[in-house]
This record gives sequence, structure tokens and C-alpha cells, in this order.
Amino acid sequence: MRKINFLALFLFTFLLVSCGGEANNATGNEPSQKAAPAKEESGVVKGQAYVQDGVSEKNALQVAASLDDFSTLAKAVMAAGVENALANNGPLTVFAPVNEAFAKLPEGTVETLLKPENKAKLAFILVNHVAPSNYPIETLEKNIEKGRKLFMASGEYLPVEKKGDDIYVGGTKILKSVKVSNGWIHVIGDVLVPAEK
Amino acid sequence: MKYLFKSISFLTLVALTWAMTSCGGGNQGGAANNNSGSALGKSTAERVFVAPGELDEFYGFISGGFSGQLAVYGLPSGRLFKVIPVFSQDGEKAYGYNEETKAMLQTSHGFIPWDDSHHPDISQTNGELDGRWVFINANNTPRIARVSLETFETEEIIEIPNSAGNHSSAFVTENTEYVVAGTRFGVPIPQRDMSIEDYKGNFKAALSFVKVDQETGHMNIAFQVLMPGFDYDLTHPGRGKSHGWMFFSTYNTEEANSLLEVNASQNDKDFIAAVNWKKAEEYIAAGKGKKMPAKYAHNVYDEATHTATSTMENEVLTLDASELPGLVYFLPTPKSPHGCDVDPTGEYIVGNGKLAASLTVHSFTKMQQAIKDKAFDGDAYGIPILKFEAVNAGTVVQPGLGPLHTEFDGKGNAYTTFFISSEVVKWKLGTWEVLDRKPTYYSVGHLMIPGGNSRKPFGKYLVAMNKITKDRYLPTGPEVCQSAQLYDITGDKMEMLLDFPTVGEPHYAAGCPASLLMKNSRKIFKLEDNKHPYAAKSESEAKVVRKGKNVHIYMTMIRSHFAPDNIEGIKVGDKVFFHVTNLEQDYDVPHGISMLGANTSELLIMPGQTETLVWEPKEVGVWPFYCTDFCSALHQEMQGYVRVSPAGSNVPLKWSLDGEWNQ
Repeated sequence: MRKINFLALFLFTFLLVSCGGEANNATGNEPSQKAAPAKEESGVVKGQAYVQDGVSEKNALQVAASLDDFSTLAKAVMAAGVENALANNGPLTVFAPVNEAFAKLPEGTVETLLKPENKAKLAFILVNHVAPSNYPIETLEKNIEKGRKLFMASGEYLPVEKKGDDIYVGGTKILKSVKVSNGWIHVIGDVLVPAEK
Repeated sequence: MKYLFKSISFLTLVALTWAMTSCGGGNQGGAANNNSGSALGKSTAERVFVAPGELDEFYGFISGGFSGQLAVYGLPSGRLFKVIPVFSQDGEKAYGYNEETKAMLQTSHGFIPWDDSHHPDISQTNGELDGRWVFINANNTPRIARVSLETFETEEIIEIPNSAGNHSSAFVTENTEYVVAGTRFGVPIPQRDMSIEDYKGNFKAALSFVKVDQETGHMNIAFQVLMPGFDYDLTHPGRGKSHGWMFFSTYNTEEANSLLEVNASQNDKDFIAAVNWKKAEEYIAAGKGKKMPAKYAHNVYDEATHTATSTMENEVLTLDASELPGLVYFLPTPKSPHGCDVDPTGEYIVGNGKLAASLTVHSFTKMQQAIKDKAFDGDAYGIPILKFEAVNAGTVVQPGLGPLHTEFDGKGNAYTTFFISSEVVKWKLGTWEVLDRKPTYYSVGHLMIPGGNSRKPFGKYLVAMNKITKDRYLPTGPEVCQSAQLYDITGDKMEMLLDFPTVGEPHYAAGCPASLLMKNSRKIFKLEDNKHPYAAKSESEAKVVRKGKNVHIYMTMIRSHFAPDNIEGIKVGDKVFFHVTNLEQDYDVPHGISMLGANTSELLIMPGQTETLVWEPKEVGVWPFYCTDFCSALHQEMQGYVRVSPAGSNVPLKWSLDGEWNQ
């Protein structure tokens, strides 16, 4: 819970900073660029990522942000501005890389991706970890049985395989599965970097 | 024709000039931007603008009149948030259509799909709004409903026997000891076959006191005071010093049974009936109450089973006001009073005589003295009539035409609506001087100041509810919407800020600060607390069970599928019950379901809730169902099929999700 509050505070600060110049431009001739989540004209920062009702089951964003193992992922989600998508109604299935997964990437990769100019690229990598549907383990197993494809929000298809008792997605093993209010999180040990196009 | 137009224009000009003069050039309500008189120097638009993402300061509960429902608005924005179905079936939420809530609309006259809802009133503790429940009356087939202010759903409806036209209702006493229901029509009690012309002296009227359980809110009729067969119009509770009394306005003390618009306007004065309900409790304790047979429905919605039950009651306790001294006194009040309003201190009782030239205000202190002094002016059917001079506190002289209802700002001011002269008039309690008047558009009925019927009004805004709109909005054929108008009453002069359309007839309203309710507003129903007998609390519990021709489908829904979503083995002539449980435990994620050809209902099911529709398939084929609430990105994929085979077919009953068949 404390982590979530911290995240919210961080996001809030981030947005204030990133939107700081925007209000001044609003009356100018330049088309204002939208930061996500949008800062509405009233000055109120809102988005589904910020709604906390204290009763509902936690959604994918809230669960990811509440676990130490996913601090890099959480940071990346914010930098890419896709946090509202993870808090959306979904349904969605997140294949969530742990911190070590990011650490396995070539040195400097994460730092480079976190730079504002790489926001779109980072977002593309992140949505390659999200299937826009409900995929509990049983359904993934059935995908294998029936030869169904796993379609990701990036537009890519990921292979799903079974090795022994384990399920592999995009070549990496599912370590653990968590039900969240808007779908499922499957924990993985590698980042699923989509092929360059 | 030309001449007619000219004369209308002339009339308009005169009226306009008069209005401008009489209002001192104040805000006429037509201007979108008006800086005058605002302490904050904000434009009118800014004062009602609630920016996207921001919240209103007050809740307004405005009855729908002939719609039978209760609408929830935000103030000052006038935005509509919800229509709470109460006395009418509601195609949006399946209220009165699904199997769980049909019982809510049962009465001793059978199932009634549509009534007329009038006067909401919020529960109180120590004379202040406590935000637990809002009560509202059905005017036609007499009933009182209790709406939860946690779920914003109707939880209970009790029918009122021996009553006809439950108009002077549903107002609460200052600790919500009772919610009150006074009959509009005198009727034979008990009902019997007799000539209408024998009305006078033979018809009676019941004033019902409905006890409210302070824990559960459950209602029961504690007693009925049997009164002469006048028409009882509106009522308000005493408070503070007058707590323990209830004041009812009457008209038709002439006891006319036809052409009342003439025959009920003959007496110079009708009455306000002051009922001492603490005395009534004493009489009951002393065994003076008489039980009489009566048939009335009592419908209770159980939040655990998500299901309503209807019980027929068969007895009611009565007290005859003509036989029990000290129970009721009549305060003479000109002239067919409508509103009967008690100020926040409990001292003043305002009689809004519809046809009177002036407003009459009685004093509770004087009334007590007059009773002590036996300052009577005869009696009506054994009930003492107090001398007018002995109870009258003052008169607001010629404030307007057609006074209807008065509310208070808690700062010593009263605000009265005038139907005929289409205006709200502000006047001062004690001096009775008129301080301000503002037009309404048009023909205002009731008005509302949040907390106005309590010891502690929130005197910031006033909402006037209008019957006629004519040229105020874009025309929509012969039927045009009615409206509410919002005034700022913080200054010396009232200022109209906003004019917004309403659902049905905005008959009457109650309001409270948003902070009183927001924190308690329910977000989901916990699945673990769901005691619905046909709930399936996980997909593994989903199943289909045949009992003769009845087939029960225990179905679940979650983003974005039903379980099961393929069903076979249904036959023509079966009665298929879709018992559908929303497995979501996430705020604001309802699902809906509709079944092609289902005659009873579609459903809209909140997280954790179970609801049921009945489908009686008439044609062989494969028929689809789907989710009707745009629940998720794959909402359109949330669908399924039922195979219907001929009667007598031996297709086995089976069901599946994703190809896993069960039977």
C-alpha cells in the first residue's frame, strides 16, 4: 500500500514537471503535445491509474507496483506512460519480467530506454508483454493443445510451449501466476524484446 | 389574430417592466454571465461550473413525480448521476423485471409496475441529516419506500392501508423514530360498498406513523390516527421544542366529493392538524389502540441474497382522534394550505394557503398556551379547533400568488414558492417582511434547501422545481421536460445561477452535503457474502440443472466471458432460469446479459451480485446471448449460444466453456 502511494506521488510529481510548460503554451500557436495521462484543462491530473477505492481487488498495475521484484518494470511503465493501460478494465494478461530480467539485458539498455526520446520504443517493448485477453495457465495450456496463437498488444504473436510441467512464453518460463482484478500476471525471468522491424 | 399577438406583446412588455421594477434590476436568470452581487466576484457560470474531474458540493435527490423514481443530481452543477428505481419498473437496471426485484412492486392490489413518487426525505438524528436513508412516498397506491444511501437502491417498500393518495408523506421525525403517511383522500374505513354522496361525515382519513428500526431501517406501521374525512396534503415534523408533534395541512374540510376546485374552496379557513404522537404512544401503552383488519404488502430486499420478498400483513393498530382527548388539535389556516412547514427552531409552523392572499404562520409556544387555556373555537368531529388569534404568530401580507412550500436557510429567513406568480419570495421570520423576490420559469411547485427540513439547513443554494418550461429549452414535441432552477441564497438577494432539465416531474427534493454520503457509498458486493441460493461463486460452480420443465443455469460472468457460454439440451416448452453472478470484485465493472427472445428482462449485474431472468424458448434453433454492458475491451466477444431442440427431443443437457463439455 505504501509503495502504491509512493508510486502515485512519484507519478504526480513527474506529471507536474512534464506538464509544467504546457499550460503556458496552451494559448500559443503551437499544437500542445499531450502527456499521458492527460492533464485536463482544469488542471486536475486524472487517470484510472490514480483511482484507489480501498475495496476492489488490486489491478495489474497495483500488484506490479506493490512488489519489490518489479521495481524496474514499474519504473519503465511510468516512463513509457502506459500505466493507465495497465489499470484499465482490460481484460489483460501481463507477462511481467522481474528486475533480474532487465539486468540480463546488455549494459546501458534500460538506461537508454528510460530516456524521454525513447518513450515510444519503450512503450512498444512493454506492450509486447501484454496480451489483451484473460489467460490463466489453463487457457495457455489449451492454446498449446489446440494450436492457438497468443496475440500481444504490440501486434506480435508469441509462441507458447510446454516443457515438462512448465509453460514457456516467447521462450521464457512462467515462474508464477497471480490473478488480478483486470486479468492475470505471469511472472517471467526474461524481457520479451520484440524483433526489430 | 394580429390583434391578439399585439395584445400578448403588450402584456409581455408590461410584465417585463413590472418584473424589472419589482426586482430592482436584479438577475433575471436569462443572462449567462452576471457579475452583480456576487461576493466572490465570479461570473454566474463559474459558480456552477464543476470542472471535469472535480466533484459537486451537494447531492440533490429529486423525485420523478409521475415517473415513480428518484433522481440523484449534483449541485451546483445540476448533473444527473443516477435514477434510482423505486415505484416503477426500470428497463435500465431490470428493477421490477428480474426475478429478484419483482416482489418489490407487489401490493394488496397485485403487481403494480408504475406509480407516482412525490416527497423524498433524508433520515435524521437529533434533528440533523444523518445520511442513512432517504424515504419517499408512492402517491397513487399508498406506499413508503426506504432507499439505502450506501447502495442507492430501494431496500424496502411498505404499503399503507386505509389510505388513498398517500400525499402527506414520507417525512421523518427528528430521530427518524417515524416516517409519516397522511392520506390525501378521505375514504370509507374499512373500505366498503357505499354511495359516494354519503361521503360527508362517513368517510374517514388515516394518518399513519411508520416505525423505523434504527439498526436495519426496517419499517412497520406502529399506528394510524383515524381522522375526519378531510384531504390531508403535506406534513412536517416538529423539532426542538415541538419534537413529538407532527403538523398536517388539510384542504376540503368542506368534505366535498365532486368539483373540488369550487366546492373545496368554500371555507375561509381549513386546518393544520397538530398530532401529538408522544400522546399517541401513551394511549397505545394504556391499551387505547384498536386493532383492525387491514391488508397491505411489506416488501424487503435482502442484500445478502440480492432478493426481495413480499409479505402480506393483515392487521393495523388504530387510534380514533375523535375519542382520544389531547391527541389532535386543529389550527385554523386560510385557505386550502398546501405546504405545512416548520422552521429550524421548531417554533413556527407555516401554512402555505394555496388560495390565500397572505401566508399564515402559527406559533408552537402560543399553541401550547392555547391548549392550556382551552382557547377553543368549537370542534370538528370532537377534535378541538384552537382560536386563530390564540395560535397565530404573524402573517406575511400579500407576498405573491399561490403559495405552495416554504423552506429555511437557518439564518432566520424563509423562502416560499408561488405557483401562480412563478416566483420565489424571501421573507424574514418574526418580522414577516418580504426581503426579496425572484422569478422562476415557470410555475414553480416545491423548493429545496439542503437540510431545509431539519434543525440545520445548509443555506447556500436553493433549488426551485418548475412544472412548466415552454420556451426554456429546445422543443421536443408536445411533451417538454420540466426543470429545476438553482439560486445562490448566500447574499441579501437571491441570484439564479442555473436552470437544468429533470427526469419526470421534479416534484419535491431533499439534499445534503456530498461529504455526508460519499465515504459510505458502496463500491462492490463481496462475493463471499453473496447468499443468493442460485449463486455460482466461481466458474467451477457453473452448471445447468434440469428439474422437470424448469432448467436452472448457474452462470458466471467475468471480463470477458460467460461460463458456461455454450448450452445444449434445452427444449421448446422449457422455462429457463438464467441465474447470473458477476464474479468481478472491482469497482464500476458491472456486466449485463440479454437472451434473444426473453420476455421478462435483461439484466445489469453489479460486481459480486446475482440476478435472474426467465426465458421460455418458443422456437427450435440456436439462440445467442451477450453482455449488454460495455464492460471491457473484449465486451463484444462476451457472448454465447443456447441450442433449443424440439419438445420431446433426447438431446442431452450439457454445457461448456472453451470446448470443455459437462453434463
